[in-house]
Amino acid sequence: MAKIIVVTSGKGGVGKTTTSANFATGLALQGHRTVVIDFDVGLRNLDLIMGCERRVVYDFINVINKEAKLNQALIKDKHCDNLFVLPASQTRDKEALTREGVGEVLAELAEEFEYIVCDSPAGIESGALMALYYADEALVVTNPEVSSVRDSDRILGILASKSRRAERNEEPIKEHLLITRYAPARVDKGEMLSVENICDILCIPLIGVVPESQAVLLASNEGVPVIHKADTDVAQAYQDVVSRFMGDELPMRFLDAPPKPGLLKRLFGG
Amino acid sequence: MSLIDRWLGRSMEKQSAAVAHERLQIILTHERNGRTGTPDYLPALQKELLAVISKYVAVSAENIKVQLERQDQLEVLEVNIVLPDSRG
Repeated sequence: MAKIIVVTSGKGGVGKTTTSANFATGLALQGHRTVVIDFDVGLRNLDLIMGCERRVVYDFINVINKEAKLNQALIKDKHCDNLFVLPASQTRDKEALTREGVGEVLAELAEEFEYIVCDSPAGIESGALMALYYADEALVVTNPEVSSVRDSDRILGILASKSRRAERNEEPIKEHLLITRYAPARVDKGEMLSVENICDILCIPLIGVVPESQAVLLASNEGVPVIHKADTDVAQAYQDVVSRFMGDELPMRFLDAPPKPGLLKRLFGG
Repeated sequence: MSLIDRWLGRSMEKQSAAVAHERLQIILTHERNGRTGTPDYLPALQKELLAVISKYVAVSAENIKVQLERQDQLEVLEVNIVLPDSRG
């Protein structure tokens, strides 16, 4: 049985697409056949983050409207053999995503893939509702900042009431909290909500903390998911997220600020 | 920056994350209550009650209060009707 995971947040700009790209890549790197779908119709960006923007011919909406076969729209990832991207349409509006159409495409993908990662658009309009409707599990991406935490809480309410699982009175969507853009030094100074603060408010299990890092911007410039830059803390944090998702129990990393450089290092560099 | 300034600065900043935490707790408790919802039938219920009661007693809209209270798992629909002073 394929598992459908929605990456959602309510608020924009918190790292949904970055997380979708890296989580899907991480699953593929662990050997799982994975597809990642961009639900942000009209504002697609997953293709850029994955570095496949020039290979988009057909898209998700073409498949829903039966203008193209699924295999024609799926783009094979450059780096992983078992990872595919299904891009959003850049020209249609979000109403083009119908519940039946999305359901049919997901059912077809489920025959071929182990994991289906749905990159939700921001907001709580139809595109976001469509991305979460069929989900089995949810990664709720949250920044340590008041508006993001509030919007995540709102999305948790929607996951619990507007998904197919909720409508059918099935076991609820399994929720995971993923904190991104975390800056331990600012938390230490009392300027930023801590992991404990956020967990205390949202009350769902924490699957990982991704530190704020310049590597994310650099990786997006190149169109290579940052998880491939294995020596960075962000890559390691995302690898941990994937391993925890697969059931490994790993301690949280990158929660403490790096020690300040010593006097000699500050004088001479290094 | 002197050590004292830094210490003072820090203690000021320490409050900012704590303030954020407290504000979130308050607003989200409020919003979660709203989510499970004050049902939208309350105004209509109030109107119809007024219509029925007016057949027998002269009461005005502000003398009928309908509200829903939630205590843990229990919901209490409270209808409060103040009858006009009969001596009047």
